[in-house]
Amino acid sequence: MQNDAVLTMRGICKRFPGTMALNHVDFTLRKGEIHALMGENGAGKSTLIKVLDAQNAGISTVYQEITLCPNLTVAENMFIGRDPGKSVHWKEYEKRAAAILDGLGIPARPRQELSRCSLAVQQMVAIARAVDMKCKVLILDEPTSSLDEKEVEMLFKLMRDLRARGVGIIFVTHFLEQVYEVSDRITVLRNGELVGEYAVADLPQVELVAKMMGKDLNDLADLEQVGQKSLGGQEVVYDARGLSSSESRPFDFSIRCGEVNGFTGLLGSGRSESVRAVFGADRVTGGKVQIKGKTVKISKPHDAMTHGIGYLPEDRKRDGIIADLSVRENIILALQVMKGFFHPMSRSQMEKFADEYIQALQIKTASQDTPIKSLSGGNQQKVILARWLLTHPDYLILDEPTRGIDVGTKLEIQKLVLKLAEENMSVTFISSEIEEMLRVCSRLIVMRDRKIVGELSGDDLTQGHVMKTIAGGEQ
Amino acid sequence: MKKFVALLLMLAMVLCCAAAMADGIKVGIINLDPSESGYREANVRNLTETFTAENGYDATFVTAPTADKQLEAARGFITAGVKYILVSAAETTGWDEVLTDAQEAGITVFLFDRMIECDPSLYAAAVVSDMRQEGETAVAWLESLGLEEYNILHIQGQLGSAAQIGRSDPLTEKCAAEANWTIVREGTGGDSWDPNEARKIAEAAINAGEKFNIVYAENDGMADGVVAALDAAGITHGVDGDVYIMGFDCNKWALEKLLNGEWNYDGQCSPFQAVKIDEMIKVLEAGGQIEGLNDLNQIISEEKGFDAKTITQADIDAYGL
Amino acid sequence: MKQKRKAFSGIGQLIIPLVALSLLILFNLFRDPGFFSIGVAVNSSGNKVLSGNLISVIDSASELAIISMGMTLVTAACGGQDISVGAVGSIAGAVFVKVLLGASSINGGIVVLGIIACCLATIAFKLFNGALVAVFRIQPMIATLILYSCGRSIAYWISGSATPQLNSPIISAMGMTIPGIPVPTPIFAVILVGLLLALLFKLTNTSLYTQTVGINQGAARLNGINPILIKLLSFVILGVCVAVAAVIGVCRMGNLSHKTLLVDIEMDAILAVAIGGNNLGGGKFRISGSILGAYIIQMLTTTLYAMNVPPVNVKAYKAVVIVIIVVAGSPVVKSKVTAMWNRLRSGGSTAAVQKGVRG
Repeated sequence: MQNDAVLTMRGICKRFPGTMALNHVDFTLRKGEIHALMGENGAGKSTLIKVLDAQNAGISTVYQEITLCPNLTVAENMFIGRDPGKSVHWKEYEKRAAAILDGLGIPARPRQELSRCSLAVQQMVAIARAVDMKCKVLILDEPTSSLDEKEVEMLFKLMRDLRARGVGIIFVTHFLEQVYEVSDRITVLRNGELVGEYAVADLPQVELVAKMMGKDLNDLADLEQVGQKSLGGQEVVYDARGLSSSESRPFDFSIRCGEVNGFTGLLGSGRSESVRAVFGADRVTGGKVQIKGKTVKISKPHDAMTHGIGYLPEDRKRDGIIADLSVRENIILALQVMKGFFHPMSRSQMEKFADEYIQALQIKTASQDTPIKSLSGGNQQKVILARWLLTHPDYLILDEPTRGIDVGTKLEIQKLVLKLAEENMSVTFISSEIEEMLRVCSRLIVMRDRKIVGELSGDDLTQGHVMKTIAGGEQ
Repeated sequence: MKKFVALLLMLAMVLCCAAAMADGIKVGIINLDPSESGYREANVRNLTETFTAENGYDATFVTAPTADKQLEAARGFITAGVKYILVSAAETTGWDEVLTDAQEAGITVFLFDRMIECDPSLYAAAVVSDMRQEGETAVAWLESLGLEEYNILHIQGQLGSAAQIGRSDPLTEKCAAEANWTIVREGTGGDSWDPNEARKIAEAAINAGEKFNIVYAENDGMADGVVAALDAAGITHGVDGDVYIMGFDCNKWALEKLLNGEWNYDGQCSPFQAVKIDEMIKVLEAGGQIEGLNDLNQIISEEKGFDAKTITQADIDAYGL
Repeated sequence: MKQKRKAFSGIGQLIIPLVALSLLILFNLFRDPGFFSIGVAVNSSGNKVLSGNLISVIDSASELAIISMGMTLVTAACGGQDISVGAVGSIAGAVFVKVLLGASSINGGIVVLGIIACCLATIAFKLFNGALVAVFRIQPMIATLILYSCGRSIAYWISGSATPQLNSPIISAMGMTIPGIPVPTPIFAVILVGLLLALLFKLTNTSLYTQTVGINQGAARLNGINPILIKLLSFVILGVCVAVAAVIGVCRMGNLSHKTLLVDIEMDAILAVAIGGNNLGGGKFRISGSILGAYIIQMLTTTLYAMNVPPVNVKAYKAVVIVIIVVAGSPVVKSKVTAMWNRLRSGGSTAAVQKGVRG
């Protein structure tokens, strides 16, 4: 078996100030296998990948966050920086790009500007680039976190093709089901240490989660019942009629005190755009909004904030974190803005708030002063969550709060949402994972093609119903 | 904004009206922007005051800071059929074609203030300053003081510019030749002849304990900068002071400092070429020949050096910029 | 990404400028032990004043230090620099002189009026720049190029003559020293502007908002901050800084030379911001770094003058030293040094990777 190895790592250590990111980790990748690398945030997956990526020869990495150039075309992105020194024949490259895109079924034209493609397609272009470079080892870091199901299937097909051709694939993901769908072997890391390497068939899903979390997972049962779903009270906290923005068509929407509802639909169905309109994130073009029965005007985020609305954006890196600022500053930002330009908080006040929420949400950070950009994705998300909780909103909008973060944190966030609802906060929860939505939302608003096409609650809240509504063709 | 409107009007005049009526001698004058310096301001004023209708001229003025605008204006003048073109060029090269065209069109060209690199036959005469002569006049004045020791703080202008080279060389040559002439410090105000830089250089020299009795600054502004440093250090200067102050350009305010005895010498850089050109045009119009040209077809402006002891208010009014 | 350098927290970005300044000081002490000696002289007005290279450096850097403070904020908020500070300073000087010469005599009241008029003018011109940058999203360098190229002509147009003179004891007190106080007045102007900025940071959220906008404008908006206002604010502050610097410049010389007032100061100001360890792409900033940068630049100039370096070589010497400082502060060198530092401290980490890429 060892002879098949395309990559062997033994006793890898990597130390960062204050932490041991990797502690004597072994890893073996065999020819023609898909090898899932699993672990919670901060377990050392990304570090291991970066150590690998630094080795260069024959290894291609597609990162979770797109690392292409958005203002170049698809073909340029696929071929730029290749064959340095040779003259460039873009005509030929465009042809080759077209062939590859076609072969992989990626809906993009070679001459299209990359920024005009959806996030999902951009991701696939990145993979196409890596694939075309004829690598022996392909690392996919959270490749599916922004893809919808159809696209995920496409990617899996591609991964299986590559496996058949003898490429070794390292697959990093948070989606357990996906691991079981495509992977052959699993390596589990925890706190920078190797937990073990397993064949997929030998490791039931429950045990995998248990190993990742380092617990005996009786908690897994909790996955099904993170808490009591909240239907909410009678008072309508937020009500919009015919609300529209530059990015969304007119829609009606309301939420009651203590209710948790959600927008669902395929990527691009308009669910994010709808909540952005609620928060005034895009230019609001029409509609009537009432907060607790009073008509108000929300045309920019600051208006929404003063009316007690908080908004955790979909794209954490682009819209959420202030990368270079410290964890503390990131936590207090929204509250500080609400207090006003002429009322800066004292340093001790900031420290107190930051400490409080770092503990409450168990944010893993070296200190308050650590720049948020050096935290793991899940912990960054917790910081943004803390930022909004600190403002004590009546109504909190969470757009993909669990995207790209580990199972444990996911669970924590779900529990937190239900707890907040219990405390009478209204929450709108958006997630690409329907199971997750079903677990926390008492009412689901289903969108298709930028329109609300259905609303499900009570007994209708089943996976089948949601799927059917999303798919359309109402009986 | 007045200036832009004026510029537009001038161009319009060049293109339309100039060829039409008016019975004076048609002259097109291309100059640099008057905001460039006190020198240019006086130069433009001198031209406009000389080439008037009363004096028998139908003159069109264009002031442009860049070579392409100037060339454009020159072509306009050729089209408009002027008889004389007067140019102070922003750049020394690139004029051959236009000047050849002018010659073919029977237009007489005069250069003033600035030379152009071309065949001297392309212009009738160039009325220019001889910067070296300015330097020599200044050094001669220094020598006439008959001091025992000449310890000089030398502040140069933009390195490599004609004015800097012309004003520096006679001094450095003299210092090399005479044992009692020493340049104790040498600095430059840089490309913009910055007085503030001159001040810092003087400050550093004073702080280093250098003893100098002459400040040779290559323009008035930098001389003023050095004086600011001397004042701050309590070093006296001027007619009754310890340090002789020398400047160049003869700005009105600088000449007034001479009159007050704060400075000692100011070398003229004459912007008053208009009268000479006026004379030459009158000669040509009368069918005569221009005389007194050197082999580059140049006429060197007569330039003075003013001494604080002899300067009068009348001098300031006549020569101050 | 977890190796967020502990070694560079605290005084953090100030390490490089502080080291550079110390080296310059050491170099001078080694070269001439009396370099920093401070003496007392009597100036031409009969006042006792402090003299010496140290005073020269601190005094002469005043305009640069003040403008660098404003430039730091614009840089942080807009991720670009205003290259029109020198030209707008010339306009400010022209307005100041115009007001003073318009009065029958120069007295305290008219000077204050002049300074106010001068501030209003610079704020107006800087708001023009700010609007182009913040509202129309034109790159700062391009937006400010307009006033950079025509500002000095506007100054000439306002002042109406080439070198208007101001002769008044008030002016020389402002530009040199106030009778009875031996310290050059411009130094107090730097302290005043510094204190005003410190007060502004203390009483408002200028610092947090500016950094947030500079780092992530979109996210700033989603957190209720108006990026346009913050950018405009930075230009207004820069405007005030430019006005103060221009008044100092005019008072030093006792006249306005529109061609040379604050000439080339934009480049030195940008340099000061960079030497101070601030990211020219915007975001996090430290005003103290830029002030240090300004004094480093002036210290360097004064050192070269004191060494009597031939004028032709001054610029080249200056360039070499500045390249060294800027490279030392570059991210590449910083991370290399940090890595070395960590290795020294922790006795080395082991990373062994065996690879068998087989064909």
